[in-house]
Amino acid sequence: MAKKLDIQDMILTLQRFWASKGCMLMEAYDVEKGAGTMSPYTFLRAVGPEPWNAAYVEPSRRPADGRYGENPNRLYQHHQFQVVMKPSPKDIQEYYLDSLRALGIEPLEHDIRFVEDNWENPSMGCAGVGWEIWLDGMEVSQFTYFQVVGGLNVSPVTSELSYGIERLASYIQDVNSVYDLERGDGVLYGDIFKEPEYEHSKYAFEESDQKMLFNFFNDYEKEAHRLIKLGLVHPAYDYILKCSHTFNLLDARGAVSVTERAGYMGRIRRMAHLVAQAFVDEREKRGFPLLKHAQENASQKEAD
Amino acid sequence: MTTHNYLLEIGLEDMPAHVVTPSIHQLRDRMAAFLKDNRLAFADIHEYATPRRLALLVSGLADKQTDESTENRGPAMKIAQDKDGQWTKAAQGFARGQGGSVDDLEVRDVKGTPYVFYQKNISGQPAAQVLPKVTEIIEAMTFPTRMHWNSYDFEYIRPLHWFVSLLDDTVIPFKVLDIEAGRTTQGHRFLGEPVALKNATDYETALAKQFVIADEDKRGALIKDQVTQIANDHGWRIVMNRDLFEEVTNLVEYPTAFAGKFDKKYLELPDAVLITSMRDNQRYFYVTDHNGELLPDFVAVRNGNTDHLENVIKGNEKVLVARLEDAVFFYEEDQQHTIADYVEKLKTVMFHDKIGTMYEKMQRVAGIAHYLGERFELSDEELTDLDRAAHIYKFDLVTSMVGEFPELQGTMGEIYAQLQGEKPAVAQAIREHYMPTSADGKLPESKIGSVLAIADKMDTIMTFFGAGMVPSGSNDPYALRRQAYGIIRILQEHRWHFPLLRIQAAIVSQFQKKNQVPQLKLDKIKGLNDFFVDRVKQFFSTKDARHDIVDAVTENQEVDPEDMFAAAQVLTHEAKKDTFKGTIEALTRVSHLARKAKDEEPVVDPALFQNPSEQKLYDAVEKLKVDVPNLSIGDLYQRLQELRPIIDAYFDENMVMDKDPKIQNNRLQQLRQIREIAKLFGNLDGLIVK
Repeated sequence: MAKKLDIQDMILTLQRFWASKGCMLMEAYDVEKGAGTMSPYTFLRAVGPEPWNAAYVEPSRRPADGRYGENPNRLYQHHQFQVVMKPSPKDIQEYYLDSLRALGIEPLEHDIRFVEDNWENPSMGCAGVGWEIWLDGMEVSQFTYFQVVGGLNVSPVTSELSYGIERLASYIQDVNSVYDLERGDGVLYGDIFKEPEYEHSKYAFEESDQKMLFNFFNDYEKEAHRLIKLGLVHPAYDYILKCSHTFNLLDARGAVSVTERAGYMGRIRRMAHLVAQAFVDEREKRGFPLLKHAQENASQKEAD
Repeated sequence: MTTHNYLLEIGLEDMPAHVVTPSIHQLRDRMAAFLKDNRLAFADIHEYATPRRLALLVSGLADKQTDESTENRGPAMKIAQDKDGQWTKAAQGFARGQGGSVDDLEVRDVKGTPYVFYQKNISGQPAAQVLPKVTEIIEAMTFPTRMHWNSYDFEYIRPLHWFVSLLDDTVIPFKVLDIEAGRTTQGHRFLGEPVALKNATDYETALAKQFVIADEDKRGALIKDQVTQIANDHGWRIVMNRDLFEEVTNLVEYPTAFAGKFDKKYLELPDAVLITSMRDNQRYFYVTDHNGELLPDFVAVRNGNTDHLENVIKGNEKVLVARLEDAVFFYEEDQQHTIADYVEKLKTVMFHDKIGTMYEKMQRVAGIAHYLGERFELSDEELTDLDRAAHIYKFDLVTSMVGEFPELQGTMGEIYAQLQGEKPAVAQAIREHYMPTSADGKLPESKIGSVLAIADKMDTIMTFFGAGMVPSGSNDPYALRRQAYGIIRILQEHRWHFPLLRIQAAIVSQFQKKNQVPQLKLDKIKGLNDFFVDRVKQFFSTKDARHDIVDAVTENQEVDPEDMFAAAQVLTHEAKKDTFKGTIEALTRVSHLARKAKDEEPVVDPALFQNPSEQKLYDAVEKLKVDVPNLSIGDLYQRLQELRPIIDAYFDENMVMDKDPKIQNNRLQQLRQIREIAKLFGNLDGLIVK
């Protein structure tokens, strides 16, 4: 590799690349979540008939993966570079490979493989078909064609690409620990994130107030259901995300027995299904604005 | 006649490795059926398959379809023509319907009645006109998972990208979705270029130039050669696990094997952990020395050539080390806790929502295992070890290592149990209780492991049946059939008796006494006997047993697989002898007549005998009845065979269906007694004798 990109350049490179493929660059969504997929820019936009092309960096919080900043590869919060394109473009695999080239990863100098991995997120009622992408044996991205989202069969299909930023950066920068990564301008990842990693791990495993969290979960759930009934889709969705994160905190604390686990996941899944349907209903009332937009674009092109 | 070559290639995004081989076989079968249905003769169909393509080369393909003539029958002559010999409306309608006129009708007799016939000759179409219909077989393909993409309603294993359809040098056009078939195939994703094929037969060589080894067997052979070469160069032994080999073959289009290494310090991890990390997670072949000791090396296969191989090796080494680091962490962490801690934790792990926790399952299985251990006459020491194993055998499920590598369940249990000072026999049983894990998988080697394996499976089957989750049709999500089959195989291996209904009753009463799974309706379990009989039949089917013998020994009785195996063995042996026919015929005759007997206590009264042959048979049967409980099934057969001349004489001399109902019944009851004894073999009536 000619030059080693820092994380910041990596993100800028991916943003430029995907913008050139027609993706809107969105910002990270400001409610805690366990995966980029749970951003409303993916989850909600994947249902219904409207087209959608977007790219964004999403911090993903997984309390159970916290390691007090001590494990070189496992993190309470990692970052994903998320690309969603709907309907899935014919050449999406080639786009992905071109994005690696843009990052300085020349496929001819490596071993890149698409290894079957059918993705599932049962608590959000999601399932898809796709691959893990292996770069010299390391999984660096997840590639999914969504089939079911929020319990709804989807058409058109969204293709989702999720780059594990720290993983990929560790490879590009050739470091053994994420904390040695260069974030940007010479600043090390560890200098920024080691402390929050420790504190969040300490909180999630030792200090979280279980009783409070259980109450939160119930309140958030109640609020989400109330808002869904009012057709207030986005506020409702925020509360579902809060439920999910609260559950993850409780789970990390070992506060949820295996039997209860299934019950909580079922409750989140029910909300996810209701909100997905509510989203489609509300968009329909507005005449699916992005669909109109796409049709206008298409007819404009024909006229040209 | 000139023949042709036809190439069909389906190009698509990377298929799952395990789908490639079955899919190409399926495509070939569909092509063969398609050509046959369309009356196109061919000599051979060659398969090509990689993760990105499924292709067939049909050779010796006929120029055109074979001609076909069909003959359709119309109305009878008396309806087809009127009295004046004029064609009626009915005849005209029929001829028109066939696409001809009444002039084309022929008259022929069918069983003495004249009918009109219309003979249709269809001349064969050129192959080029028939082949566009291959879209039918492309669309008919089935896959274990299917997906949608873009905005299509269509589903396939992965998105479709291109089709090649060439009859010799001519494109046979067709269209699926918006993809037009043509002559251009794609080379290796990185090393190759698209290439326009001149002729169907150029396929394999043209692709080889573009770094695609399209023939799966040749690709596999290449991998084998390369791996062997590496092994020889280093003096290693490399175990080519078959599943892994097939997977690797179908993960690449152009294989290059390479060796990598890891730090020796990781060899302190249990072999099973190292092997799982390499084989299952990374698809590497592990490496041993000539004594089978693991070495800190591995061999993997790249999808590409040798250029920049050093990057690939380095990357793969780095990934493996990260995995092994994790494993070391789990291994050390797991040893911080005692088995008792883990057992306690099993109270929070569900076996199944409707049944209860893993802890409760162990409690039940401990009871079953002890009961069976006594039945199978284990020694006191074995019983003690069995009890210990049965009380802890699921503990490793809650260790971090098994959490990370679920496929190591049992294996880690054995390792950790030994580290914590459990007896080797106990540790071994913990590992063995999962066995066999497939229909022809390995059986437990130890007696304790065998009993624990049976007890664990028996508990699973009975509690699932009790919770109403009974397998039906292809629906057996908990693999209960496989587990029952496992029980049968273990029993057969040890020649243990297993009177199912009695054991079932003993287990149910044990559960009830201890108030275990009170929510299940265990005394209402139905069909367990038939469920096991079907598994016994399955077992026989793998032994090439005679069907009539299998049916005979598995019918009509409570399952004790051991009795069935023994009976089948005796009958199979005896069936080769000349005496078999006479013996079985005599017994079958007895059996048929005995069915007419009143269903009452079969008492025979010698006072009603009319002939000496009756007394003779009576005496012989009385003696046999006394001896039966102590006879092996082989001896029993001998005794029944000895009865034959006495039975024959009996039938010669006596009319069983006597006019006097008392005498008649007396004789029928005598026959019934013989029938009851013969039933120890099952039901002999259906045996084939020649």
